[in-house]
Amino acid sequence: MWRWLHPYAKPEATYRLVDRLLPWFAALTIISLAVGMIWGLAFAPADYQQGDSYRIIYIHVPSAIFSMGAYFGMAVMGAIALIWQIKTAEWSIPAIAPVGAAMTAIALFTGAIWGKPMWGTWWVWDARLTSELILLFLYVGVMALYYAFDDQRTGAKAAAILAMVGVVNLPIIHYSVEWWNTLHQGATITKFERPSIATSMLWPLLISLLGFMLLTATLVMMRFKNELLRHELHRPWAQKVLGTAQEAD
Amino acid sequence: MAFDSFSDFVQMGGYGFYVWLSFFLTFLVIAGVALDAAIGRRRLQRQSKTLLRRKQRLSKRQQRQASPVGESKR
Amino acid sequence: MSSSVNSTALWRSVLVRDLRIAARRRSDALNPLLFLLMVVTLFPLGVGPGPDILARIAPGIIWVAALLATLLGLDRLFKDDYNDGSLEQLCLLSQPLAFTLTAKVAAHWLLSGLPLVILSPVLALLLNLPLDAWWALALTLLLGTPALSALGAIGAALTLQLQRGGTLISLILLPLFIPLLIFATSAVENAGMGLAVHGQLAILAAISVLTVTLAPLAMAAAVRMSMN
Repeated sequence: MWRWLHPYAKPEATYRLVDRLLPWFAALTIISLAVGMIWGLAFAPADYQQGDSYRIIYIHVPSAIFSMGAYFGMAVMGAIALIWQIKTAEWSIPAIAPVGAAMTAIALFTGAIWGKPMWGTWWVWDARLTSELILLFLYVGVMALYYAFDDQRTGAKAAAILAMVGVVNLPIIHYSVEWWNTLHQGATITKFERPSIATSMLWPLLISLLGFMLLTATLVMMRFKNELLRHELHRPWAQKVLGTAQEAD
Repeated sequence: MAFDSFSDFVQMGGYGFYVWLSFFLTFLVIAGVALDAAIGRRRLQRQSKTLLRRKQRLSKRQQRQASPVGESKR
Repeated sequence: MSSSVNSTALWRSVLVRDLRIAARRRSDALNPLLFLLMVVTLFPLGVGPGPDILARIAPGIIWVAALLATLLGLDRLFKDDYNDGSLEQLCLLSQPLAFTLTAKVAAHWLLSGLPLVILSPVLALLLNLPLDAWWALALTLLLGTPALSALGAIGAALTLQLQRGGTLISLILLPLFIPLLIFATSAVENAGMGLAVHGQLAILAAISVLTVTLAPLAMAAAVRMSMN
């Protein structure tokens, strides 16, 4: 059933595929992000409660969603790497983790900046923000573990195991934080209640979601190409790609 | 269009600072990740070049050693 | 080793061996407890000895101190066996490695989790925790610490090859400890106010059962990975 996937265990074939897809992903990213941002910033109506400050939603929500999506993807790659011992899946972990961490960071500071006019402080122990913070810690752990080993294969396997442990824990952490937050709600102002969003605001949000999905994929692919080359630097195909192949000897 | 004029658009109903700050920082982070990937590729190119040069030096030395001693200048 | 040794006998012998080693090196087992006691002592000195404040933040202090104390001894959990080769022997046996490793987790819990439960009345006393809250604290420690030991063993197994894995262990484990901290402290708080705590205790027990059953798989994978 998975036979069509087998050639992509070979780094060269994977590189060719990623290289062919990347321009399309990059172009679609730019188009959808431009449409989503301009629509969201200039054309969507202002929120009747939050005014124009709600426009941060067009980066806050997509980045938060794909910070988790990237973690899930990383764990899936980790599972593939551990079960089928596929090297290219191992190398995707250091490609995904920093991009996911960047998405998490974006979700965190946009949340904080949004919180300032809405709650009056930069940081509130809101359930979603707290979960994002913990997600950032998980990403940091995976990256620290990956780079801690002298032998990169061991590092990749360790990071893969940790990513899988983390993905099992992620829902538990998320729901415990949510429950903890409702328990301690008392002091915070619930001005942030998410209203059922109007369609005129929803469309640009959906396009932004698509844009961030493509953006995450594009950034991961850019890094993944480097990882493939890094591990195959001594191979002729990598040298040819880098334009440093041995000229007529 | 949700705004009457460009300055209205920049002010964002008084929330301009927050909205533009978050968009600017987001752009900065994304550009940073993309730039890092580009720099990474440049670095790989350099590494590959050093690797190639080392290999060429090695093969030249081997050729010299293989040739009769008298031909090499002493 | 002959194949006539069944997994349960092996499990028991690993447990007994670990306990015997700990009995010979008592300071290794005692130091985390002393550390915990000192951390708990620091808080009244830091925030002031007002009994009301102390009683209010006591569950958090004790549990955070317990998390930190658990982390202290972890990098030694598999290290000695890894260095002298006996861990590799366990990998080569036909008995399932994941099951055998739970014996080491059990030993770790007996040496770090159980003493915490026993020590809890002293901690409660120091921090002016009412009697109603103390038994809840003891119960949360009893139900939650097995999960701490099991998660901790994953971290120890992952960093086995590293010379100085101690700080890295804390970095990767503390986020995973958060749900336990949340439910445990809330149970103790509720007990102090005379509210029901069954819900939180049930969730703690569920997390512990889940962790103790699933974590050995990750542990075994991590130990095998370190053996190449």
